[in-house]
Amino acid sequence: MTRRAAYEARQKRRANMIAGVSTAIVLALVVLLVPLAPGWEAVRSSFFNGEVFVRVFPDLLRAFVLDVAIFAWSVPLIFALGLAIALARGNTNPALFPLRIFGAVYVDLFRGIPVVLLVYLVGFGIPGLGLPRPWNSPYIWGTVALVLTYSAYVAEVLRSGIESIHASQRNAAICLGLSERDTMRYVILPQAIRRVVPANMNMLVALQKDVALLSFIGPVEILRQAGIFKSLLANFTPYVAAAVIFLCITVPATRYADYLMNRDRDARS
Amino acid sequence: MKTFLTATILSLAATGAFAAGHCAAGKTLTDGTLTIATGNPAYYPWVLNDAPEAGEGFEAAVAYALAEEMGFAADAVTWVRTSFDEAIQPGAKNFDLNMQQYSITAERDKVVDFSAPYYTAPQAVMTTTPVVEGGATATMESLKGLKWGVVASTTALPVVMEQIQPSQSPLVYDDNANITAAMKAGQIDAALFDLPTALFTAAVLMDNGVVLGQFDPAAAENPDQFGMLMPEGSALKACVDEALAAMTENGTLAAIEAQWLQEATGVPLIK
Repeated sequence: MTRRAAYEARQKRRANMIAGVSTAIVLALVVLLVPLAPGWEAVRSSFFNGEVFVRVFPDLLRAFVLDVAIFAWSVPLIFALGLAIALARGNTNPALFPLRIFGAVYVDLFRGIPVVLLVYLVGFGIPGLGLPRPWNSPYIWGTVALVLTYSAYVAEVLRSGIESIHASQRNAAICLGLSERDTMRYVILPQAIRRVVPANMNMLVALQKDVALLSFIGPVEILRQAGIFKSLLANFTPYVAAAVIFLCITVPATRYADYLMNRDRDARS
Repeated sequence: MKTFLTATILSLAATGAFAAGHCAAGKTLTDGTLTIATGNPAYYPWVLNDAPEAGEGFEAAVAYALAEEMGFAADAVTWVRTSFDEAIQPGAKNFDLNMQQYSITAERDKVVDFSAPYYTAPQAVMTTTPVVEGGATATMESLKGLKWGVVASTTALPVVMEQIQPSQSPLVYDDNANITAAMKAGQIDAALFDLPTALFTAAVLMDNGVVLGQFDPAAAENPDQFGMLMPEGSALKACVDEALAAMTENGTLAAIEAQWLQEATGVPLIK
């Protein structure tokens, strides 16, 4: 070990120790001071009530399956539609100009409308036109509302990815004799999609939480189930339990995305 | 001597018209004022036109009668609006009493205080004419086959799940407006409300609403009783209960119920 390496190792050890001590002090202060607040007992029993937690957890977990299902069937639709809109907006063919206009209007409209309004409008409005069962199901139309909103966001993310690919790539592809279609498919999109993975992971985490908005039109998913328990037990602990379940999914998902991105970066550098 | 005086004052306070007024003195949020909370919006027939200050509607009328019984003049009553969540949050509340058809349950009673019940609500089934034409009747068997919708913050869900036990799982909504929208969209067949709300919703909010039947409140194990909600450990509770007992005894409560909730007769019982 060189003297320099030894010095750096010492410095690193010292930094780690300081970080550890300061974290421990902050944690200790929170754990010791918060319970001293005069209202802590009341807050603890209405937000962190162990008895309520144990009682509601299994039911919440069961309701969470519905969230996961809605999420699972929405994601492919969102990405397919988002990609279509991004390509429609990005095309340069003069004959397809109406498609570009459509893409722009679509994005402006569905990114601008609050998701809640869209869920109500599509979820109650379209079935209200007189569709028979099972085609008036809130599951179907709630999903449509989510797909409309999120595909508009994803379209913009993908478009920014496509535009970030340097023009030389396109030129090189044309020189190799690739058609415009193949250039997009084999050269531009693979690079563009990889570049916007972090932004899309963000969208997925947001979507996972917005799935709960479907409860406004009837489905009993985890947040609604927590709300029902809240009313019956007059206690907010069910929401805390729901948050724990959400975190169990979103935290590993984000870490996994980080890992994928780091691996990708290491492979390229 | 001092003890004697105190005893005299106490015995004086305990009798006569002063009693209630003295009882509540110093126990309200603002001295000399009774702050009562209601929903936002407040629904018919509990409060008419979303204006509790007018004293019209069952709960608004009960509130003013109660205030009078407790020695507050009508202009000493202040109204505030709260959601269900604000009523059960830990910490200071902005009301003395909260009246918005809170059903008294043992679980809720652990967190907040309830007055003695001021109304016993029969649960009633609201549906639409097409569903009735489709063969729905006021029998348990028929009700099991329907697609149900209920409001999340009410005690209707346990009733549907435990008593009716429908074959399809019910859908759950935030408020009456959403239930009506879902029923108009054909997503649900039937909804469970307290009877006055069911009658109002069927007659006013729906084009083809029908109140199919009501559960016999006398037969229910835990009849749905509405109580005024107060912060846990409220000093006012004893005064409110005393005033409500007096109002029950002298017929005031029954008269108010007859005035504002009279149409409740003639709905068939569910068998």
